[in-house]
Amino acid sequence: MKGSLILEVKGLTKAFGGILALNGVDLTVNEGEVVGIIGPNGSGKTTFANCVTGFVKPTRGEVIFEGRRITGLPPEKIADLGLTRTFQIMRPYYSLPAYKNLVIPLMSPRAKRLGGWRGGGKFGDRSTVGVDILEEIGFERESYVPYKLASSLPTGYLKRLELARCLALNPRLIICDEVFSGLSVSEIASLLPLLQRLQAEGITLIMIEHRLRELFQIAGRVMVLNFGEKLLEGPPEVVIKDPRVKEAYFGSEEAEEVMSYA
Amino acid sequence: MNQKERRKERLDRGIKVRCDGIYALMSLKEISYLVLPRLLLILVLLLAPILIPGHYWERVLTIVCIYGMLAVAFDFLSHYVGLVSLGGAFFVGVGGYISALLNTHVGLHPFLAIPIATILGALICTLLLMPCLPLRGVYFAIATLLYPLLAARIIEALDIFGGTDGLRGVSGLPGKYTPVYVLIMAALLFIFGLRRLVNEDMGLVLRAVKDNDQSVRASGISVTRYKAIALFLGALGSCFAGAALVHIYMWAGISLFALDFSILPISATVVGGIHTLVGPFIGCLILVPISEALREFGTLRIVFYSLILLAFIVVKSEGLLNYAQRKYHQFERWVEV
Repeated sequence: MKGSLILEVKGLTKAFGGILALNGVDLTVNEGEVVGIIGPNGSGKTTFANCVTGFVKPTRGEVIFEGRRITGLPPEKIADLGLTRTFQIMRPYYSLPAYKNLVIPLMSPRAKRLGGWRGGGKFGDRSTVGVDILEEIGFERESYVPYKLASSLPTGYLKRLELARCLALNPRLIICDEVFSGLSVSEIASLLPLLQRLQAEGITLIMIEHRLRELFQIAGRVMVLNFGEKLLEGPPEVVIKDPRVKEAYFGSEEAEEVMSYA
Repeated sequence: MNQKERRKERLDRGIKVRCDGIYALMSLKEISYLVLPRLLLILVLLLAPILIPGHYWERVLTIVCIYGMLAVAFDFLSHYVGLVSLGGAFFVGVGGYISALLNTHVGLHPFLAIPIATILGALICTLLLMPCLPLRGVYFAIATLLYPLLAARIIEALDIFGGTDGLRGVSGLPGKYTPVYVLIMAALLFIFGLRRLVNEDMGLVLRAVKDNDQSVRASGISVTRYKAIALFLGALGSCFAGAALVHIYMWAGISLFALDFSILPISATVVGGIHTLVGPFIGCLILVPISEALREFGTLRIVFYSLILLAFIVVKSEGLLNYAQRKYHQFERWVEV
């Protein structure tokens, strides 16, 4: 149901030795929302994604997804519930053609149960469904691109392929770890409507981003992390004008952009 | 404009240049370009025992098939699933001992003992290797290397299954041509079965596990489960090879766990071409007879053998089949325009 609570993170803490990568982070996400997570390098954004999706076991804290406690579950179990992610450093299956990359999520127990992306995997041949998903996400169907080996695809397509792999699973919530980074302004501009369409279809998105201007066009709410702690949370236009945020970003790559918001 | 023009065209017609995923088949002629090389291998193998004079080389061909299956299993596990196994001898030993025990102690006919040993052996190997499955790359390789060593020492120390003397009186396969044809058929079945599998949806998941197991997990698939399935399939071929070997030698002993069964298949994979499945078998087809022909040189054999291997690694590191395949696709033919 739109608007109801889908993800609840309570006091999430992760210590690597003596270093607290995350320290008591709380976050609630409602269904159909787009929530941004921003913060300077090393502030714990990716660790947050890793802890929520099960790739790293949190030291303390709780993650509740659709009313079910998922803390400590392995990533494949969490993905099976419909919480999946893209990777910041793209992880396609390089030796397979792009459309065959999508056969893998379509072979998952979740996709077999629910029919995968829009239920298409239940009827059709998985490779054909793969091409359908790629077309939806911006691969030209009539070109050679969907049939090319993933190792020969440029960054823009690989980022889309990351998203496509998540979509094939028919997910409820996707954590996008820097899908905009490394893309040109026009590539992002073509990706934004797609993300908005996903949101309209009821898929919840958590977007970890460094590209603030583009993120603010789509995110309804933003959480700022700094040194593993939640600095503040709120609508983007409020957050970005906060002096604490400016201080956190001071001296970083994005400093200029952050300061430009008067 | 009735004038016919001819031009040269590559067999793969540039398709492979643009995308590696499809290989368009439009006519019988096209299909024959794909089928002929495969048919050649099958025919050569099937006719060889009849055409080769003497029982000796027929025996060598049997051994080729045994090593060939081990090499194909190695290639499948390491280059399609990412499980680099240095413990091929463990599968041979387990399959061999089970078949020998079933034959000598239970009194089963080899034709019954071998299939049981194949399936039971593969199950046992998969279960015993389960703890190593979360390991990746070189760590898995080292862990598997220890298994055959451990098994041999256990049999030696506990003096079970005949201890160091081994199991004598294992019955051989009946008939003159039976052993060689059983093995040829099994090897062909194994090779073409795996080739088929790696292009099916399930095989794609296995290949994905090799490429990136983290994104397979993010797709809600248990990596360990698929690794176990792959291990079972690889062990099926290897255990069969071991079981058949025991009935050909009519003896089972701890030499079944010898390093040869782990290393020779790997050299054959290097020579024949990795990531091709059939390449390693062709590698065995070359290496095993060479090894036999060099037998008269005594201990110098190893030197010659090593030199041949070294030459292959330095000069043609991609392996024979990868090279041949590329050249075959570049082959030009005349077409009417």
